Amino acid sequence: MSSTKFILGLFDDPDEMMQGIHKLQQNSIPIYDVYTPMPIHGIEDKLGIKESRLGYAAFLFGCTGFTVAFSMLYYMLVHDWPMNIGGKPHFAMPDFVPICFEWTVLFTAFGMVITFFYATHLFPGRAPRVMDLRATHDRFVIAIDAKGNTPHADITNILKEAGAVEIKHNDRKYVSYE
Amino acid sequence: MKTHNSFDKRFEFAGKAKTYSLIAIVIGIIAVAAGFLMHHGEHGERTFANLLLMGYYFTCVCMAGVFFCAVQYVAQAGWSASLIRIPQAFAKVLPIAAAVLILIVLAGLFITHNSVIEGKTVVAPYLYKLWAIKGVSTPGDANYDAIIAGKSSFLNIPFFLGRLLVFLGLYSWFGYLLVKYSRSEDEIGGMSNYNLSFKMSCIFLVIFGFTTPIFAFDTIMSLEAHWFSTMFGWYNFAAMWVTGLASMTLLIIILKQNGYMEWITENHLHDLAKFIFAFSIFWTYVWFAQFLLIYYANLPEEAVYFYKRWEPEFKPWFWLNIIINFMAPVLILMSRDSKRMIGTLKFVCIAILLGHWLDYYMMIMPGTVGGEGRGFGVEEIGTAIGFVGLFTYTVLTALSKTPSWVPKNHPFLEESLHHHI
Repeated sequence: MSSTKFILGLFDDPDEMMQGIHKLQQNSIPIYDVYTPMPIHGIEDKLGIKESRLGYAAFLFGCTGFTVAFSMLYYMLVHDWPMNIGGKPHFAMPDFVPICFEWTVLFTAFGMVITFFYATHLFPGRAPRVMDLRATHDRFVIAIDAKGNTPHADITNILKEAGAVEIKHNDRKYVSYE
Repeated sequence: MKTHNSFDKRFEFAGKAKTYSLIAIVIGIIAVAAGFLMHHGEHGERTFANLLLMGYYFTCVCMAGVFFCAVQYVAQAGWSASLIRIPQAFAKVLPIAAAVLILIVLAGLFITHNSVIEGKTVVAPYLYKLWAIKGVSTPGDANYDAIIAGKSSFLNIPFFLGRLLVFLGLYSWFGYLLVKYSRSEDEIGGMSNYNLSFKMSCIFLVIFGFTTPIFAFDTIMSLEAHWFSTMFGWYNFAAMWVTGLASMTLLIIILKQNGYMEWITENHLHDLAKFIFAFSIFWTYVWFAQFLLIYYANLPEEAVYFYKRWEPEFKPWFWLNIIINFMAPVLILMSRDSKRMIGTLKFVCIAILLGHWLDYYMMIMPGTVGGEGRGFGVEEIGTAIGFVGLFTYTVLTALSKTPSWVPKNHPFLEESLHHHI
């Protein structure tokens, strides 16, 4: 039993990498993930990646922000310390709009950043987990979970045929634990 | 992926589209004639207000076409290259729209009738009666109005008409230039025409940015010449831009559903829908900015504008205006999927176009016919149908005279044909 955990195919051309993905899919070899230094159009559809749910999170954060701002304003201006401002009613709705809007935006923005960090394990001060360092530089990397995907030689051959410039059999998932 | 596109298949303007648009124009003419003949005096004012409304709407939509082209060139946008012929058709129609608007304004200024202003019967023009009435700036005259007299160095008929002519002439000329460069690019290729378009678009946007607020102050805000709001120009700009985008999108969708423009995919529609979504919110933002400041300061001379629109005749429409133009796009177009669904997008476009008719109605009617003369009947519906017919007829004629569906030598054409988001 080999100790290989992940097989990485490194390409220097996005079209060849797409070809590699296509060939792997034709041979029913599941792809764990693909890492590229730049966005590739159409790759989500090719890999069948589900649509991000960040939008739903954003909506909920927005609702939270609105509710917090509205309740705060209502408590302060209507319930706790009503003041006469220019003869307006205490519960003057139009005045509430700018602050509720701003808080909605603020909560949504911060909430989305935090959600994104949480989902991608990116936090300030934490070493990012990377499967191959050159994937952030000039290599287009297809990662295949080696467990259950045998024989490894076949996968290597498919990647080579598709034009991979380098194939790695890694014993550990990430190269950058520190 | 489909590799062959029929760019050269000429659009033939015939059949149902032509018949229906001509019928619509006839309906419009009959409605306007009926508006003048059926009633006298005050009701002529209502017909004129409707003519001004639709003339202004028509001109604004065509101006938005020129603006769209210019923005795309200045931003060096790639995605829109394959649909730029549609706003170019709008730009080609702008001179006609401008002529119609100027005719309406001229007739409104110079045809007079007996009108009741503050209990007195006076001979007043049909449009802009507050400041265009004779003797308004002559001290001692029965029609003398101190506030208007103070504004008369700006609001007088020759300067007013001069501004209108210069602005609309400039916009039409730049629209003509951008179309001309694009045609010449089709023939000779190369980058020279693109660079020229870029340069002219920059100049146009500066001129446009400074003059559209004044255009809106003149044409619409001066109907209530005692009142003023510095937000009004941008408020009208937002309405103009969002209606222009909605009519462009609607036209593209209808053409696509009839088998034209098959290279326009849901990706292009998604971008257009994002524009519509964003600028509907922008419209609300400016609308509310104007409202909130007037509400908060509560100065009588400013608050009178909303006081009139808060009368029982207008109050339901006041709310409906915000619901259609803000709530509908926000709630319907919020998600990514609905921006990419052609049917949903079509519905929203139609809703926005109707909604902004109501928006203009709320700007114009309280200041012209007021609460008592307000109505929603033959004049309103007929005039609107007539102008929709006129718009369809002129734009589709312009489109049928365009030699190819896309700018063939546009440097970003390939990017646009493979647009993917």
